[in-house]
Amino acid sequence: MHTVPEKPALSRLFRMQWEETQNNYVLLYPEGMVKLNGSAAEILKRCDGQHSVPAIVEELEQAFQASGLRADVDDFLRAASERGWFV
Amino acid sequence: MSTPALSPPDAPASPASPVSSVAPPRWLLAELTYRCPLHCAFCYNPVDYAQHSTELSTEQWFDVLRQARQLGAVQLGFSGGEPLVRDDLEELVGEGRRLGFYTNLITSGIGLTEACLSRMKALGLDHIQLSFQDSTREMNDFLSSTKTFDLKLRVARLIKQYDYPMVLNVVLHRYNLDHVGRIIDMALEMGVEYLELANTQYYGWGLLNRAQLMPTREQVARAEAVVNEYRARIGNKVRILFVVPDYFEERPKACMNGWGSVFLGVAPDGGALPCHAARSLPGIVFPNVREVSLRDIWYGSDAFNRYRGDGWMKSPCSGCSEKRKDFGGCRCQAYALTGDARNADPVCGKSPRHGEVQAVVMQARTALEEKQRQEGRAIMFRTDANSQRIGARLAP
Repeated sequence: MHTVPEKPALSRLFRMQWEETQNNYVLLYPEGMVKLNGSAAEILKRCDGQHSVPAIVEELEQAFQASGLRADVDDFLRAASERGWFV
Repeated sequence: MSTPALSPPDAPASPASPVSSVAPPRWLLAELTYRCPLHCAFCYNPVDYAQHSTELSTEQWFDVLRQARQLGAVQLGFSGGEPLVRDDLEELVGEGRRLGFYTNLITSGIGLTEACLSRMKALGLDHIQLSFQDSTREMNDFLSSTKTFDLKLRVARLIKQYDYPMVLNVVLHRYNLDHVGRIIDMALEMGVEYLELANTQYYGWGLLNRAQLMPTREQVARAEAVVNEYRARIGNKVRILFVVPDYFEERPKACMNGWGSVFLGVAPDGGALPCHAARSLPGIVFPNVREVSLRDIWYGSDAFNRYRGDGWMKSPCSGCSEKRKDFGGCRCQAYALTGDARNADPVCGKSPRHGEVQAVVMQARTALEEKQRQEGRAIMFRTDANSQRIGARLAP
């Protein structure tokens, strides 16, 4: 039902920022907050409307010297999309 | 104002509170002033607000914002009263955003000009929550005891023109629950992202006017059905928040996500409150930010520790398997309805006083039949004069 945009970008309803006192990234929206784990934050940082999904995966695999991340990234993007995080 | 939706996934379920295990505040509500051009009959402000009219200075608020941010607060709400009556609102918004808060303006819209919206956009204001009292001019203006409906419509258009994320907030009760469909249509027309259908909470002026505002069980059920129909039809176009009022439930709400758990309110005069309604509780000295640091207030004060965790609970809460889920409900409601804040919130079916809540709900139907006779006569609007009269009566 929800399709992930070709080049996902964080919706203007959300602001992502590093929280020193929590030692993690958070996603802020009207009167609410979601705590992000490390991998969620790394994916979302690259959701800037410029990167395609394969480009996001490629960057992550290079940055973390890993392979086969596509399925995990897809799962996360689908869940994020269902929550309305992308435009 | 609603109960904040802030619920960090790792929020402790309520430890038996040694100071080291207390999580920092996440949500700072800055109630800048009790002054307000509206006179809403369901306002949660204290009924004796006129006795607490001295306000913190700009510098004092800056200091509160800095301290709260250092403690770990991340959401900042500017509320009141009407925050726009403060001349320094824009400065405070700018400072809040500079410190890294997500800044929320909670307003009636009265005084929100295009110039002001444009400047606050540049200062980084993140979101505006605009209140309406109804989808009709007549009921909006009656319930707020003002002529403000058309002005609010203009403000709503301007907020969207400046591309702010916007929550439309409508407080629900007997007089407008049957209009829920039209209220959702209004939200769709405005293009808001969120619609908060906030059933009246019976504190402050709401409690005073409970007999006039309490809906019937049938009204609540009909409204819920309408909301669900719309949700199915419109999907995520507008996210609708609608929670069945606690008087109609068998379990209490997890008030404030637990006392001293997430929420830190600062009243216009600097009083620090674990809940907006906490001043209704007798025998607690609420520390003032003019005298005590926020760190000492949050971690060390009697006021914030009194109902933290579950060590304070009495039966049936102390032995209840759900005590870490709902924290025994709301302390202010427990006090208002039973005379002891440590009792179970009587909206809970396990409370020995639950029958009294059910009786209030039953009376709503009888009252509906007399509606014509009572309307407009018995309502106590939130005005300075009424507050002074009540304050004088409460004074020792």
